[in-house]
Amino acid sequence: MSVTVRIPTQLRSLTGGLGEVPVEASTLRDAIDALEAAHPGLRERLLDDTGGLRRFVNVFVADEDVRFLQGLETSVQDGQTISVVPAVAGG
Amino acid sequence: MDFVEGLCCRECGRKYPVEALHVCDYCFGPLEVTYDYEAIRASVSREKIAAGPLTIWRYGDLLPVSDAAPVDLGAGFTPLVKADRLAAELGLDDLWIKNDTVNPTASFKDRVVSVSLTKARQLGFKVAACASTGNLANSVAAHAARAGIASYVFIPDNLEMAKVVTTAVYGGNLVAVHGNYDDVNRLCAELASEHPTWAFVNVNLRTYYAEGSKTLAFEVAEQLGWQAPDHVIVPVASGSQLTKIHKGFIELAKVGLLDGGEPNVRISGAQAAGCSPVATAFLEQSDYIRPVKPATIAKSLAIGNPADGWYALEVVRKTGGAFAGVSDDEIVDGIRLLARTEGIFAETAGGVTVATLEKLVSNGTVRPGERVVAYVTGHGLKTVEALAGKVAPTTTIDPTLDAFEAALDAGDLRVHG
Repeated sequence: MSVTVRIPTQLRSLTGGLGEVPVEASTLRDAIDALEAAHPGLRERLLDDTGGLRRFVNVFVADEDVRFLQGLETSVQDGQTISVVPAVAGG
Repeated sequence: MDFVEGLCCRECGRKYPVEALHVCDYCFGPLEVTYDYEAIRASVSREKIAAGPLTIWRYGDLLPVSDAAPVDLGAGFTPLVKADRLAAELGLDDLWIKNDTVNPTASFKDRVVSVSLTKARQLGFKVAACASTGNLANSVAAHAARAGIASYVFIPDNLEMAKVVTTAVYGGNLVAVHGNYDDVNRLCAELASEHPTWAFVNVNLRTYYAEGSKTLAFEVAEQLGWQAPDHVIVPVASGSQLTKIHKGFIELAKVGLLDGGEPNVRISGAQAAGCSPVATAFLEQSDYIRPVKPATIAKSLAIGNPADGWYALEVVRKTGGAFAGVSDDEIVDGIRLLARTEGIFAETAGGVTVATLEKLVSNGTVRPGERVVAYVTGHGLKTVEALAGKVAPTTTIDPTLDAFEAALDAGDLRVHG
C-alpha cells in the first residue's frame, strides 16, 4: 500500500525539511520501518525503549488516533494518510 | 524585564531558547519555562504586588513576559468568596469559592490568553489562533480584537450557542470543525506546523500560555492573607490548569511570599464521568491515561486525550488529593446547589467542580477541618442549555394583585431560600 506520512516540524530536520513522506506499508509498524529506512533516526524519535509509541507522540491513521485502533498493528489502506502529531497541545 | 532563563523539556531536560516552542524536538515532552528565582525573590514583595494593578499583571515578576502595556482586558483578581452556606450543606467548616466566572470574557481563559498574546506580540506574531472547547475561543477572539490583530479560532461544530455567539461577535475568523475537541486539537497541532507565523496560543505558544494559570494560585494565597489553603478542587480538561496551580503555590514559597516554607496543598481533580480519562487512571491506580470519546454536557472539559493528564495525575497523587468523575445529572445539581447557596452561576465545568467536591466530602477525601478552595472557572450564561427544562418561573400569573395573592395562598411560591 502506498501511504503518506505527515511529519511535524519537530522531526523535519531528519527528513530534509519534508512535511510529507510517501512510504509503502500495510501496517503502522511497517510504515515506521520504511520511514527509518528512508530517513535514519526517525524510529527512535517515535518509539521508546520498549518498542511502543512514545508517551508524547500521537499517531493518527485516516484521522483516527491509533490508540482507538490496533496501535502499531493498525492496518493502513492505499492512499491513506498517517499523521504524526506531538501529544502536548491544547487545553 | 522578565526573569525567564529559558525553556526546558520536562521529560529529558534538554534546554531551548525563549521562542515559540512547546515540545521537545527530541522526545516530544512538554517544555517548561524556567526562571531565575533568586532574582525574582530580590525583586518581588507583598507590598509591590499590593501596589500593582488589580489584574493578573500584579504578579508580573512570576510571569514569562514583561510588558508595560500587555494585551489586557483586565483578567484576574477575581473574588475569593467565603462560602458558608454551601459549606453548611456539604458539612465543611472553611470553604471558599474562587469565582473566576467574572473575568472579562467570563472564564479563567482570559488569564492564559492575556499572557500568551502578550508574549506572542513580543515574539513578533501578527495572528492569534487556538483550538477551543469554547471558553478559550471567546477569550482569544476578544483579546485579538483588543490587540488589533487577526484571529483564527477553531471549535467543534456542536458547541453551546452562547459560546459561538460570544466568539463570533468580535469579528475574527471562527472555524467550526466537524468533530469533537480532540479532532480540532489534532488539526490545530498540524496547522501550527504549516503556519509557523501564527500564534496558536495553546499549541506553539502553550509553554507561555499555561503559565497564566499560576495566577489562580497566586491570587488565592494573597486573598487568604498570604496563606496557602489546605485543599483545592480543580476542574480537569487537559490537566494544565491543575498542574499550574500546583506550580503557583510552590513558586510563592520559593520566592519568599508565603510564610512557613513550601506549603502542603492537597490538590484534587474534578472530571465529568462522560469524559474522565484522568480520574479513571487515578481510580484504577494506573499510570496510563487511556484516551476516551467524550460524552458529557461539560463540553469545556470534554478533552478525551488530555495533554497534561499524566502530570495532573502525578500532582494529585503526590499531594494526597484524589479524583472523582460525576454524572451529567450531578453536574446540573452542582450548578443549582452553588447558585442556590452562594449566588454564583457557574457553567457546566463549575457544576463538575461542585459535584466532585460533594463526592470527595462524602468519601472522606475532603475533610471538614480543612480550608478548602473550589475553583469555579466559567460563567453559567455560557451553558444555559444544560438547565433547559430544569429551571423555570415559579409560577405564571395575570398582572393583578388577586392573581398573585392566589398563587401565594396556593403555596406555589417559596418563602425560604
